[in-house]
Amino acid sequence: MSSLAATGQPTAATAKVIQPAWVRVMHWINAVAMILMIMSGWQIYNASPLFQSLTFSRTITLGGWLGGALLWHFAAMWLLMINGLAYLIMGIATGRFTRKLLPISPRGVISDATAALTFKLSHNDLSKYNQVQKLLYAGIIVVGVVIVLSGLSIWKPVQLQYLTALFGGYDVARYVHFFCMAAIVAFLVVHVLLAILVPRSLRAMIIGR
Amino acid sequence: MGRLRKLLIPGVDKQLLIKDATKVMPDLARRRFISGGASLGALTLLTGCDVLDSSSAEEMLKKVSKFNDAVQAFIFNPDALAPTFPESAITKPFPFNAYYELDDAPEIDGKAWRFEVRGLVDNKKSWTLEELYKLPQVKQVTRHICVEGWSAIGSWTGTPLRDFLKLVGADTRAKYCWFQCADREGYNSPLDMRTALHPQTQMTFKFGDEILPRAYGYPMKIRVPTKLGFKNPKYVVSMEVTNDYKGGYWEDQGYNSFSGS
Repeated sequence: MSSLAATGQPTAATAKVIQPAWVRVMHWINAVAMILMIMSGWQIYNASPLFQSLTFSRTITLGGWLGGALLWHFAAMWLLMINGLAYLIMGIATGRFTRKLLPISPRGVISDATAALTFKLSHNDLSKYNQVQKLLYAGIIVVGVVIVLSGLSIWKPVQLQYLTALFGGYDVARYVHFFCMAAIVAFLVVHVLLAILVPRSLRAMIIGR
Repeated sequence: MGRLRKLLIPGVDKQLLIKDATKVMPDLARRRFISGGASLGALTLLTGCDVLDSSSAEEMLKKVSKFNDAVQAFIFNPDALAPTFPESAITKPFPFNAYYELDDAPEIDGKAWRFEVRGLVDNKKSWTLEELYKLPQVKQVTRHICVEGWSAIGSWTGTPLRDFLKLVGADTRAKYCWFQCADREGYNSPLDMRTALHPQTQMTFKFGDEILPRAYGYPMKIRVPTKLGFKNPKYVVSMEVTNDYKGGYWEDQGYNSFSGS
């Protein structure tokens, strides 16, 4: 399944739509929602840090104080949840998830990761994800689902107590929520870096081709 | 470099900026970017944080918070009980938490203290502590969750508020029970009636089987295990049954008013 150093036809690749409109719209809504959630989340975290040595500088947080950050967090959550839910439904209904993200094999991931790190990975056909992309994109969708569910279980530990119990209780759910955030931030760093390295992929996410 | 720095300065010539920005874009993208007309909004975001700090953003956030009050009231199940824990799970020491130091907590003389009942109730008499202690009490071990994120398990004993509301002939169709407290600056907080009638909502007189110490709200606290901690007022001196939203100490500063858990 890997797309190792194939000499594709760039003319054919540029003509077709790589990212359909719904993917592009939802991607950027999600980008805005995620950034609002992360920055306000850091400010909320500061009110009662899980790790004594880790707090976030106010210059990179949103809301100014706990109350303001909570307002942002519980406003942006609607954007994140509704957009995310619509994305999951569309991804499954159109078959995009199975078509673009599956199958993923450990061997494929290792060989594509090796190729990527030695700059031998081809990016001629942006409509086909390599194995590392498949793993990361599928993985981040799962993390996205878990961060919303753990967030809900922190928000409503009485009304949604079975969900909270599933995470191992209120206190554990807070850690799950935190580590999901950390995973998303790590993904974001790599994601943005690679988009800059392959600007055509960024263009495809803006204008579709 | 000069152009790049300009991006960060408010009041930059936006037309010029668009021209510059489109120059670095691929041909096809340039055309679509300009025709899309999405550029101006994006540029406003770049020219400073005034968009995020403006009062219009604040108004929007307040509206969403009101909407969230309604959503939480909708998903609030009056029969869903907060999980209870064995006594061994109690957090020791249970944290003291307020917007002031423990030394500044109200020092209340239990003998002089009266619990005032006002508003839409049949019997507006004031209650002494002695009279309140005679009411049937129940104990519950539940998790106290602070708006800051931390939580602690405690043991609270007292009279279910719904029993007291019945006793004083409160109009339970009213919207709120509004509590006023003896804290400095006058702490107060509204409690929606459905939560006030929840079986675990309690007029608390004891913590860990001992008379409520000063740190935890002597002589009376309203314990609401289905709400965040700041909706659990301490040092309570009066209750008003009312249809008016009278605001609250933290609610007025921006904490979500329903704040259910």
